[in-house]
Amino acid sequence: MNTLAQRKRRPTEGVPLLRLGYRGGDDEDVSGPSEGASAEGVRRDRHGSYSGPTSVSRQRVESVKKNRPLFPWFGLDIGGTLVKLVYFEPKDITAEEEEEEVESLKSIRKYLTSHVAYGSTGIRDVHLELKDLTLCGRKGNLHFIRFPTHDMPAFIQMGRDKNFSSLHTVFCATGGGAYKFEQDFLTIGDLQLHKLDELDCLIKGILYIDSVGFNGRSQCYYFENPADSEKCQKLPFDLKNPYPLLLVNIGSGVSILAVYSKDNYKRVTGTSLGGGTFFGLCCLLTGCTTFEEALEMASRGDSTKVDKLVRDIYGGDYERFGLPGWAVASSFGNMMSKEKREAVSKEDLARATLITITNNIGSIARMCALNENINQVVFVGNFLRINTIAMRLLAYALDYWSKGQLKALFSEHEGYFGAVGALLELLKIP
Amino acid sequence: MAECGASGSGSSGDSLDKSITLPPDEIFRNLENAKRFAIDIGGSLTKLAYYSTVQHKVAKVRSFDHSGKDTEQDQESPYEISVQEEITARLHFIKFENTYIEACLDFIKDHLVNTETKVIQATGGGAYKFKDLIEEKLQLKVDKEDVMTCLIKGCNFVLKNIPHEAFMYQKDADPEFRFQTNHPNIFPYLLVNIGSGVSIVKVETEDKFEWIGGSSIGGGTFWGLGALLTKTKKFDELLQLASKGQHTNVDMLVQDIYGGACQTLGLSGTLIASSFGKSATAEQEFSKEDMAKSLLHMISNDIGQLACLYAKLHHLDRVYFGGFFIRGHPVTMRTITYSINFFSKGEVQALFLRHEGYLGAIGAFLRGAEQDNPNQYSWGENYAGSSGLMSSSPELCPAQRARSGTFDLLEMDRLARPLVDLPLLLDPSSYVPDTVDLTQDPQARKYWLDCFEEALDGVVKRAVASQPDSIDAAERAEKFRQKYWNKLQTLRHQPFAYGTLTVRSLLDTREHCLNEFSFPDPYSKVKQKENGAALKCFLRVVQALDALGWEERQLVLVEGLLAGNVFDWGAKAISNVLESDPQFGFEEAKRKLQARPWLVDSYDEWLQRLKGPPHKCALIFADNSGVDIILGVFPFVRELLCRGTEVILACNSGPALNDVTYSESLLVAERIAAMDPTIHSALGEERLLLVQTGSSSPCLDLSRLDKGLAALVREHGADLVVIEGMGRAIHTNYHATLRCESLKLAVIKNSWLADRLGGQLFSVIFKYEVPAL
Repeated sequence: MNTLAQRKRRPTEGVPLLRLGYRGGDDEDVSGPSEGASAEGVRRDRHGSYSGPTSVSRQRVESVKKNRPLFPWFGLDIGGTLVKLVYFEPKDITAEEEEEEVESLKSIRKYLTSHVAYGSTGIRDVHLELKDLTLCGRKGNLHFIRFPTHDMPAFIQMGRDKNFSSLHTVFCATGGGAYKFEQDFLTIGDLQLHKLDELDCLIKGILYIDSVGFNGRSQCYYFENPADSEKCQKLPFDLKNPYPLLLVNIGSGVSILAVYSKDNYKRVTGTSLGGGTFFGLCCLLTGCTTFEEALEMASRGDSTKVDKLVRDIYGGDYERFGLPGWAVASSFGNMMSKEKREAVSKEDLARATLITITNNIGSIARMCALNENINQVVFVGNFLRINTIAMRLLAYALDYWSKGQLKALFSEHEGYFGAVGALLELLKIP
Repeated sequence: MAECGASGSGSSGDSLDKSITLPPDEIFRNLENAKRFAIDIGGSLTKLAYYSTVQHKVAKVRSFDHSGKDTEQDQESPYEISVQEEITARLHFIKFENTYIEACLDFIKDHLVNTETKVIQATGGGAYKFKDLIEEKLQLKVDKEDVMTCLIKGCNFVLKNIPHEAFMYQKDADPEFRFQTNHPNIFPYLLVNIGSGVSIVKVETEDKFEWIGGSSIGGGTFWGLGALLTKTKKFDELLQLASKGQHTNVDMLVQDIYGGACQTLGLSGTLIASSFGKSATAEQEFSKEDMAKSLLHMISNDIGQLACLYAKLHHLDRVYFGGFFIRGHPVTMRTITYSINFFSKGEVQALFLRHEGYLGAIGAFLRGAEQDNPNQYSWGENYAGSSGLMSSSPELCPAQRARSGTFDLLEMDRLARPLVDLPLLLDPSSYVPDTVDLTQDPQARKYWLDCFEEALDGVVKRAVASQPDSIDAAERAEKFRQKYWNKLQTLRHQPFAYGTLTVRSLLDTREHCLNEFSFPDPYSKVKQKENGAALKCFLRVVQALDALGWEERQLVLVEGLLAGNVFDWGAKAISNVLESDPQFGFEEAKRKLQARPWLVDSYDEWLQRLKGPPHKCALIFADNSGVDIILGVFPFVRELLCRGTEVILACNSGPALNDVTYSESLLVAERIAAMDPTIHSALGEERLLLVQTGSSSPCLDLSRLDKGLAALVREHGADLVVIEGMGRAIHTNYHATLRCESLKLAVIKNSWLADRLGGQLFSVIFKYEVPAL
């Protein structure tokens, strides 16, 4: 273990870290139990020398020669609520390669690419799959998979059961969980994580994904007429001049970065009122159990029953300050009244929670943009997944309060950039 | 975003209770003369403002009529004293729960004599709701005033007129309040009003302010969302819950995600990464306390962050917080302060206001009173008539709450003269008059509170004795005793009640209380007698001085100033001597003085300076009547005049202890001029000018001085300031830095203070300072 730990402290030496030789493994549920751990040869190289592989396939030799890491290629982003996993599935495997591909590697590939759900909580976002991508000279598809962070122990256990460590692959991981679960990966899964900076990965991921597009379509988009449900249109945006850019990453919490170039960026601020707050409050207020359920309820609710609007106070616009009557004066302000508390539905509360959190993020983002003198704001993160209400509200709020000076941009792969960045790090793609 | 008061519909303050009996002798004072009304009705509290005139007894001095009846006059008296009525203007502000509103309106209607008033200015969220009730009860037309305009006007008014209005809240300090000295220029600043929503207003001048932003996440969110989450209906109860909770059970912290701190981003492990991030589970129940705490943190942090972003964008570092979310609640002041410190990295300071709750009412009042030009005057907080910070806070002051309900009062006196900075202050914005901050020094605080409490009997006795012909003097004196004693007890528990507690504020509070019970000048007769006795000695003293050689005379003059200063009824040790031994004379006083070298002794430098060219003009702040002014100050003045230095002699406008007042100084000067040609001609040629300070305090605040005095100082190019006496040169101004030469001299007549300064009783302070070039 000592040697392992020592070696892994030099994370950039990707290739020599590889341990080879893998046998066994099967094609069963990720979170399910496995007898793989008892399979013969599982820990063969555990204390062995890293530079002396005992069994090397031709493919692998070739990879090493080309300074290319061994398959499988993963990028992992372990957030506060969700784990995001991107997996590169090589499609240019020659028959020869296929034949020599170690069994476990093949089983991983088959398992991940032939399922859209893993266990009860893991999901592959099929619609996001990027096809015919060339990475490090290999052609393939990029898959996007997510599962809740509270299932990390099961995931690590699976890695142990499937004897991942014998693949000698490098696990590039980012997000807070890369730190939190580092020890578990090591002691339970015998896997050394290559920890990567969250923000580096995020930015690299975004820039890369934007550059490859979305299967021929644009990655980046914006909303026209966001407040008008009839006329609202999602339109592609060409991020040809990406800098400077305000990047608002809405996960459980929110981080806001000002990006001036690929390598020059800073974290401006953050707020704890993020996706976790929306979902957490919704659970408490409505008893919902999933993010999807919370959003579904919100889509049917009416926040104006919950919030106190400017017009509720002033009868109309507050002209003295140029405030429109429809603006929210006090989020949940009507809930100070007992009668009104009794008159609202769970859907109304879910909607108000969504509006409150979203408006607040928009407001902070707008202030940061002003302070940093940046006028394009890209919102990413899994809070925005299937969350058109929030995106349109952000688009509208930013445009309205900045009098058209600020543009809210979104990206199709909203929550996966950190994981993509981690994968790129594995492949040494700048 | 812009609502000032919360909607009252959720509070319990809706039902009107007519059976409430009001404590009328404490609230709604001087209602008979009330002439302008303004009202600010918030979600749970009503603030009423009115302007009234107060009749005061004042002791006036004047020369005897020399036309005939000389024989009847007491030969000792240099002038006569008569007690007269004087009318001064006062602003009254009363804050009470909305439940009392009808009872209060009835009370006002029954007691209102003045019928000129036709209109009442109204502001606040509830103004509309109670409009009909007010119009019906008071027969006054309700004029609605814009909430934010009133708030800003009120804020400007208190920042300009009330010393120690603004404070920082420091979590682990004792006490937790740190008051700010008044900045001469209050603009620009940011006002963050946290009502049901949040309004952020940039105030640039008296009339120019701009709503620069806001947030819908405010007090209403805490209240509304809190009520939903905890089933607790009242705002105060929610705060109570929050103060008992553990937010870490509900919030997802950085350490929950990272397992520890996030080193790469420099985020501590205990930082909240996602508010309510742990509540995203159906499996767990969360306690009300924990949820309330998490909600409080979420909202406070969010407001603090936005306030910092706005402050940064507009390059402002002074941010005042107000609104019902803040209103004297230590819990929210703490969380907001934390948030501002965190997000601004210490660059922005969260400031709170002592009279935050009154801003709307003050502003509404000012809107209605514009024809009286209230902004042209200087105003002062009347310590006798004001409740002080957190008077109605049940945790802090249970006794007080029981006594007068939740009525909180603020009274402000219109000062006779506008007050300004002394133009000679080196840096007016950093000037702090008081030498010791008793709020920061528990030991000194205890000593002085004890000292004032012990001296109370003597003050009461003297007050009664000063009005031998009054039948109710004893009764009034007793009321005075009770009032001042109560104030002292309040200050023991809440040293921060009236801003920074200082010896000066204790003295001023006593003067205010004496005035309140018509003891305008308990020392008037003593002063009269002493002035008479000292005048008789004047010629002898001057002749003796003239007989001395130049160098010797300079020392004797200074000793005379110091010896005169021993005669001070304000100091306990001396009032004993004077009362038991009236023959205690000038010479004896000199012998009591510490021998040179004095405790602080820069006399040699002073003497050296005197050998140089004369000063152009000296500004002298006089202290006591009698020996001090007549045998100490006047001979010194005379010497300066002879050197070719003009002299501005500044005395208090109103009485305080045995300090010489401006009107007394005029009479004394007139009598001296009759004996002394130097003084006579100097007065005639306006080389000796007598002015008033604008103050009625035994101490001296150089940032609040009569405008006329400041003008004279400028006009005559004063290049020397002489401050004498413990009150003016030690309790205050000991560390004051001036732009010109200064002399601060005093005899320490308090053994505790002497001890503190490393000296003994009757140690001498002679501090001659020359400004650094």
